[in-house]
Amino acid sequence: MTATAADDGRDAVARAHRDEWARVTATLIRQTGDWTLAEECAAEAFARAVERWPSEGVPRNPGAWLTTVAKHLAIDRLRRRANESAKVREAAQVDEVERGRSVGRRAGVPLPAPGDDPAEHESEPGGDWGDEPADGVDDRLRLVFTCCHPALALDARVALTLRTLGGLTTGEIAQAFLVPEPTMAQRIVRAKQRIRNAGIPYRVPDAAALPERLGGVLAVLYLVFNAGYSASGGDAERRGALAGEAIRLTRLVVRLMPDEDEAASLLALMLLQDSRRRARFDDAGELVLLDAQDRTRWDAGEIASGVAVLRALARRPGGIRGPYRLQAEIAASHATAPTADATDFDRIAGLYDELAGIDPSPVVALNRALAHGFAGRPQAGLDELDRLAASGALDRYHLLPAAQGELLARLGRPEAAAERLRAALALAPSEAERRQLRRRVDELDAAH
Amino acid sequence: MEYLLIVATDPEAEPFVAEEDNVGDWVDDLEARGIRIRGQRLRPPADATLVRVRDGELLVTDGPFTESKEWMAGYDILEVESLDEAIEIASRHPMARFGRIELRPAWPMDVHEPGAERHARERAEEEAAIGR
Repeated sequence: MTATAADDGRDAVARAHRDEWARVTATLIRQTGDWTLAEECAAEAFARAVERWPSEGVPRNPGAWLTTVAKHLAIDRLRRRANESAKVREAAQVDEVERGRSVGRRAGVPLPAPGDDPAEHESEPGGDWGDEPADGVDDRLRLVFTCCHPALALDARVALTLRTLGGLTTGEIAQAFLVPEPTMAQRIVRAKQRIRNAGIPYRVPDAAALPERLGGVLAVLYLVFNAGYSASGGDAERRGALAGEAIRLTRLVVRLMPDEDEAASLLALMLLQDSRRRARFDDAGELVLLDAQDRTRWDAGEIASGVAVLRALARRPGGIRGPYRLQAEIAASHATAPTADATDFDRIAGLYDELAGIDPSPVVALNRALAHGFAGRPQAGLDELDRLAASGALDRYHLLPAAQGELLARLGRPEAAAERLRAALALAPSEAERRQLRRRVDELDAAH
Repeated sequence: MEYLLIVATDPEAEPFVAEEDNVGDWVDDLEARGIRIRGQRLRPPADATLVRVRDGELLVTDGPFTESKEWMAGYDILEVESLDEAIEIASRHPMARFGRIELRPAWPMDVHEPGAERHARERAEEEAAIGR
């Protein structure tokens, strides 16, 4: 064994963890119906890969090897449990998993050698692992919809999605959401118990319920993304990984449901927003707003990917222009402008008009007003913001007075602008935002 | 799985419109789909009777009279594949609009297992689940 071969083995395990965790776990959940058992056996299978691949070589089909090892471990554990407690129910589970398998009947379950392709073992007469579900639906899709089931609390959906689908450890998820690890562990256990006790099915919803349920899945993924994207300072390192994780899982959903425009649109939106992540804070850790960002720090690769997704969607006949699609197109307009001044705010304002037509929320109305203001209509934008302020819908939202301040500054009224920005300062939720607003107030005070 | 579908009033729901109370269609549709269902409307809390034994003494009173504006107005028992099917059925009950519906999964047990044993066993299982 050379050092390089060992490195290759370790790299292969890391790659397989990223690419195959969801498949191995999802298959095992279908076969055993036991989420905890499935996760433990999947984790153990990866631990065996770490032990064996560096010295013995990487199997030709790493995913199949891992699934087979994990399943052998599951059968073994179920049998031991059944022997220990002689519980009828679990014995029935063993039968379900084995389904006519001859080798697994022995007490010690043999593991395939890593050099082998476990698929070769499948050809034994009567062998039916049931690794391919009878309905032909990818098990990972079942897992996606079950983790994001609306009968689970939102924080449980997020935790379960990252743990079971994403393969993050409980400790990693706890760190990312700034809660103690035992709290997160209990949240995940409770979620799994609720799936079993409430009768949440392990399946993809039928056509009638699909649009709403897919919307729920995408909302969870976007929430994970934003938890990572909005992190700042010391949290940024721990939480920033969530943005990448959300992109990876959204990519998976897009691959599994390639005809769903809103899923692809969310992927584009995440890529385009994430492209600015490194430019949102300067070297001193200060928040930098979009128009002042150093565009050379934007991730050109992510911008190209996001724009490519949108181009493909535009070519689809009868494509849906949903909320994620419109937000992604807005993000693309910003991302492809060579300078802040060259931004096509007329187009952005038009997109916000369209978005406000399908999403009448006050935050969309705020952004729409601001876009019209930046598109050379500051007074019209300000009037709209004043109406929004009078409605009281965004009373505690710091970005409303901040937006009023920016349009007042454009109208040549620095004193009124500074007053609004001070109001925003009093409401801003984070220190980074307060510092940014203070700097802006100082600029305006110096201007008059 | 078996679910108890609790039909309840809800002051925050839209006002009841008698002409749109199509609960008969709802029952027919379930029967036609082969879903076993049985249920009843319930008399209001004013007609309820409360039974208690305290210090060995039987107490029978009318009530309970609570300030609550949400009360159980009826029930159905469903036998379905999963929660998703139960949700779909509940969503089409007229009282999902005019009131609200709570789905409670049945929790089967061996009624002849001694209570102390069942209690100890279920506690141990719960602790094992949390511990790992």
